[in-house]
Amino acid sequence: MKRDISAWKFRIQMLLKYRYLLLLLVERDIKLKYRRSVLGYIWSVLNPLLTMLIMMLVFSHMFGKKIENFPVYLICGHILFSFMREACTLAMNSIVGNAALLKKVYVPKYIFTLAKVTSSLVNLMFSLGALLIVMLITKVPLTWNSLLIVIPIAELYIFCIGLGLFLAQANVFFRDVANIWSVVTLAWMYLTPIFYSIDDLSPTLRYWIPKLNPMYIYITQFRDFILSGGWTWTVLIWRGLIISLLMLVIGLWSFTRNKDKFILYI
Amino acid sequence: MDRDICIQVKDASVRFNIASEKINNLKEYAIKLLKRELRFKEFYALKDVNLTVRQGESWALVGPNGAGKSTLLKLICRIIAPYKGTVWVRGSIAPMIELGAGFDPNLTAEENIYINGAILGYSRQFIREHFNQIVDFAEVGNFLGMPIKNYSSGMRARLGFAIATVVKPDILVVDEVLAVGDVAFQKKCMNRMQEMLSEGTTLLFVSHSNDTVRKMCKNAIWLDHGQVRMTGAADEVCSAYEKSQQSK
Repeated sequence: MKRDISAWKFRIQMLLKYRYLLLLLVERDIKLKYRRSVLGYIWSVLNPLLTMLIMMLVFSHMFGKKIENFPVYLICGHILFSFMREACTLAMNSIVGNAALLKKVYVPKYIFTLAKVTSSLVNLMFSLGALLIVMLITKVPLTWNSLLIVIPIAELYIFCIGLGLFLAQANVFFRDVANIWSVVTLAWMYLTPIFYSIDDLSPTLRYWIPKLNPMYIYITQFRDFILSGGWTWTVLIWRGLIISLLMLVIGLWSFTRNKDKFILYI
Repeated sequence: MDRDICIQVKDASVRFNIASEKINNLKEYAIKLLKRELRFKEFYALKDVNLTVRQGESWALVGPNGAGKSTLLKLICRIIAPYKGTVWVRGSIAPMIELGAGFDPNLTAEENIYINGAILGYSRQFIREHFNQIVDFAEVGNFLGMPIKNYSSGMRARLGFAIATVVKPDILVVDEVLAVGDVAFQKKCMNRMQEMLSEGTTLLFVSHSNDTVRKMCKNAIWLDHGQVRMTGAADEVCSAYEKSQQSK
């Protein structure tokens, strides 16, 4: 027990020691992403806007009539789901992609995973700019309650760190985890009410999705804070928090258990 | 424990699982598992290695290719965890397993100095304060804004060496990294290492040149197929190693 505590103390010291590396890695990701493009950072705002327009074009006739303020509804779901997909996909490759370095220098390995999820979070901040534009155009009022979106964002960030750590370590041993993951995200996207409303689904799905699909939980909270300008269903906040912490524990556990073996497989 | 000791490797083994065929995806793993064809060959890169290094000593690791020299260095640098046995290290390590490991080819030299420094665990303030010192030693002052991918391998090595040795580490770990770079640079690096040695830094050094080993190190350990053949004074170990090489 005492050894466990001192081990965790050591880990936290290491995280503090390498916090500057974390910052630099995030900075590098963002810099390199836009170094060569003319529009630069505007792309991060433009990208979700264009995707939203396309989804509106296709789905507004099918689902838009029943959903109030369809454009904002769409973009909320879209940016959160994209964040999760981007963060976890990049995190999944964070260990394998830095193989050359990890073979030569000792660095706490999770720093690379954490950096990828964090740089995706920065991208999400740009996407929020797109959301703001759509809110202005469709005249959705910005209230103090809108700021409560930090709750679902924080929960989702923790969730992504956990899932990212899990995927990163799995990908070291089995490289086809990447293929499986892309199928999983596709299925996951269709099972998340991004462009439709949960009321359109069969009773069975309508029962299970709010309980089992964490993305539904985070997106619904987010939409409630933005669209209704009020509070969300309190149970959702608790449920989201428990799921994200659970995912973090699973990620940390699987990662620390296997991290010493990485070097033999990368 | 003896207070002078700064590295203690006790009965350490490093084991690799070499699958008879390389399996790195779930699909093949499942198929082989079902067909009961999943076999691993065990391979020991190091076997029951013992080494005790005291503060301020200089050690050379000699032996043929594939003897486990680099693996032992990586074990001491905590890059590899031992499969069996223990590794205990006191003090800060400057690892030079490969110079400029972790340089991002797309970033400029200036950005890479910061990232590489951070990888070695330096703080932002420390790198800022020593930035000019690094640039001067590496002699890359005119190329700071150039992406590293346009650097020659010698320039890259110089920069890597400069960043790694800007600290005064307790332990300096040098794998065959000075082979690249011209004579002038090699001499400069040797001088830098001598200087650190005289200031009390412990040195672990891998080189295939016995002359360099004799010049730099007082002690040596001779590894062969992952096992220790001989430990002792550098001169004796080198002579014995040379003899065995010639008789082959």
